[in-house]
Amino acid sequence: MFGIHQKLERNAIGFVVAIIVVSSIGGFMEIAPLFTIDETVEEAPDMRVYTPLELAGRNIYIREGCYACHSQMIRTLRDEVERYGPYSLAVESKYDHPMLWGSKRTGPDLARIGGKYSDAWHVAHLINPRDVVPESIMPAYRWLAETPLKVNDLSDHLAAQRVVGVPYTDEMIANATADAYGQAMPDGPFAAGVTARYGEATNVRAFDGKPERVSEMDALVAYLQVLGRLTDAAHQQTASTEGAKP
Amino acid sequence: MISELTRGERRLALAVLTAVATFGLALAIAGRGDILAVHGGLIMASAVILMFFVIAGFYAPEPGEERLAQYYDTPTKAGVVLAMIWGVIGMGVGDWVAWLLVYPDMTFDAAWASFGRLRPVHTSGVIFGFGGNALIATSFHVLQRTSRARLPDQFSPWFVLVGYNLFCLIAASGYLLGITQSKEYAEPEWYADLWLVVVWVVYFSIYLRTLMRRQEPHIYVANWYYMAFILVVAILHIVNNLAVPISFGSAKSYSAFSGVQDAMTQWWYGHNAVAFFLTAGFLGMMYYYLPKRAGRPVFSYRMSILGFWGITFMYMWAGSHHLHYTALPQWVQTLGMTFSIMLIVPSWMAAANALLTLNGAWHKVRDDATLRFMMLAAVFYGLSTFEGSFMSIRAVNSLSHYTDWTVGHVHAGALGWVALITFGSIYAVVPWVWKRPAMYSNKLVEVHFWLSLAGTLVYVFAMWNSGIIQGLMWRTYNEGGTLAYSFIDSLVAMRPYYIARAIGGLLFVIGAVVGLYNVWMTIREASAERADAPDAPVVPALARSLQAGE
Repeated sequence: MFGIHQKLERNAIGFVVAIIVVSSIGGFMEIAPLFTIDETVEEAPDMRVYTPLELAGRNIYIREGCYACHSQMIRTLRDEVERYGPYSLAVESKYDHPMLWGSKRTGPDLARIGGKYSDAWHVAHLINPRDVVPESIMPAYRWLAETPLKVNDLSDHLAAQRVVGVPYTDEMIANATADAYGQAMPDGPFAAGVTARYGEATNVRAFDGKPERVSEMDALVAYLQVLGRLTDAAHQQTASTEGAKP
Repeated sequence: MISELTRGERRLALAVLTAVATFGLALAIAGRGDILAVHGGLIMASAVILMFFVIAGFYAPEPGEERLAQYYDTPTKAGVVLAMIWGVIGMGVGDWVAWLLVYPDMTFDAAWASFGRLRPVHTSGVIFGFGGNALIATSFHVLQRTSRARLPDQFSPWFVLVGYNLFCLIAASGYLLGITQSKEYAEPEWYADLWLVVVWVVYFSIYLRTLMRRQEPHIYVANWYYMAFILVVAILHIVNNLAVPISFGSAKSYSAFSGVQDAMTQWWYGHNAVAFFLTAGFLGMMYYYLPKRAGRPVFSYRMSILGFWGITFMYMWAGSHHLHYTALPQWVQTLGMTFSIMLIVPSWMAAANALLTLNGAWHKVRDDATLRFMMLAAVFYGLSTFEGSFMSIRAVNSLSHYTDWTVGHVHAGALGWVALITFGSIYAVVPWVWKRPAMYSNKLVEVHFWLSLAGTLVYVFAMWNSGIIQGLMWRTYNEGGTLAYSFIDSLVAMRPYYIARAIGGLLFVIGAVVGLYNVWMTIREASAERADAPDAPVVPALARSLQAGE
């Protein structure tokens, strides 16, 4: 064995090829099957895509590095399920390019934060976390409420999402900008189109409390309020396992 | 620097810089109205400034043929200085964000100064800025010595070094502006990723072209590790960064993968960034500078072989231990755990090989802080790889995951292993390439050593405590069967440890500043001596250029 190696280490190209072959095996064996084995991602017919406003909010979440301190992945452990809610399913992040499971909880998990607090609470918390949670060490994001959301390129965003596999329709892509306005302006002319395209359960509200314009705060709160609410699959899964117990 | 390039290489440099400037201009125009324009402008400005340097030195006399009889160390010199500067910046920002967790309102209400945007400046600054520059600089030095061959030309090493630092600059400035893919340790966006691929291909070609011309029959073990570093990082980088930009005029892209597949790809990348960026390349450093400094041959050839191939094969399976109890299928979690535990064998083989090499030279470890840096690095390497295998066990991970324990583990490796072996190697290589008998001050090396050790210990112990307390508080139940602590209770309990961590980090940063000063003063001494020496006109070069003109 060491004799073979003495020959190998005299041959640069041979050594390069050996490194590539030996190092490629592990990743190939673990990643490729995740695309081919059907059970990897559960079926969830009610799973919906993010609205343009929620997607824009998700991009703000990414931009500000929220994932560095907040996970979005509840593990299959009793204390996590009791603290945060039903454990996360693979299908729930099926449309997340990239996923935001996170790796650290300096703050709490956010996988099921949607609907737990009011919009007003989120706005106050983002403007200054210590106003609502005195011990918090989260940064304040005051400028979000004053910064208008960039909406003119949302069609490009949805189109790129479709290229990587998210099922946005032509209609959704064409109306992306209008839908962003519509979702944050419940009394405006575009609101009806949002529920028509994304479902009756979609939150259509003035998230930042100011219906006359669309701010980055609107987008981020819209995103936070939909976390864990794109499908009901996780709640059903928990109910069915509980029902199966003798 | 320019005077060391041949006339043809100067023309090539101008052509390449023109191409880069044009690329930057194209990005700036396509990205007008988007934040991409800032980076387009930055790329163009960098290229134009460098063009001025090349043009200013264009008609300087060409280097003579005698250069081919010497190793080409100027890129190594520049890389060492850049590594130390990035080290101070990256570690300084790291300590800054550590204090942010104690005083969260130190953000001046500015977006760029919030934790989420500064944290990747720290991680990329230390991993890519400090670590990457140190790897490039030392790899050029080691490659030439162990092959007994000069680098193939003068231009391509500069292309790699400058191009790589442009990547680092785009990355760090992008985070402050809010440009990130959110993939940990792979945050730079699509255009920066593409640029790094170009730089990396040239880097690999330098390696291969030098090895092809080597005068030693065998490729030395340090080069195996440097090659594994270059090759595998290329594979990881390309696969994990596959993405679709929303347009060529926008910095934003969407990852090709989603959900569970993306999580697996990301942590296959993330853990092997640890393995092949932060371990393999630095083992290359260790296998060269430690035996050299100790004046002892490597303890075991066979352990080198087994350690190398064990690490190259097994690490690539280990990433899924970052995803225990998640929505990732359990068979992948189990595979990841199994290989992570087995990894202790090749890891300890490498650590033991280093420590046993010191047999017969322990008196030098006592007297020479430089060698002691490397010895301690090998010890921390052994400790943190043991801890890593331990934490990958599913039951342990259920407690440690998401807590500061992980942060402590990473820093045991990053401070104790990566930074210490780098400082040791830099203190070994600086007098060597600047042709000085020793560093400017051995006392300051000694000071740096103790600051580093104290800082690392304070940091790691603080994070062990906070992490385990956090993990236990999250899972503690009352007698009534309900959770005993709210999340905010656990956060309040962290405060003393966050203060201790920030102090430990501060000690480490001060050490790095002392190191930078020491390197700087060594260089000044070297240039002062050169300026003293020749009190005569440079006739040979003049005579040669006259001949060339005839």
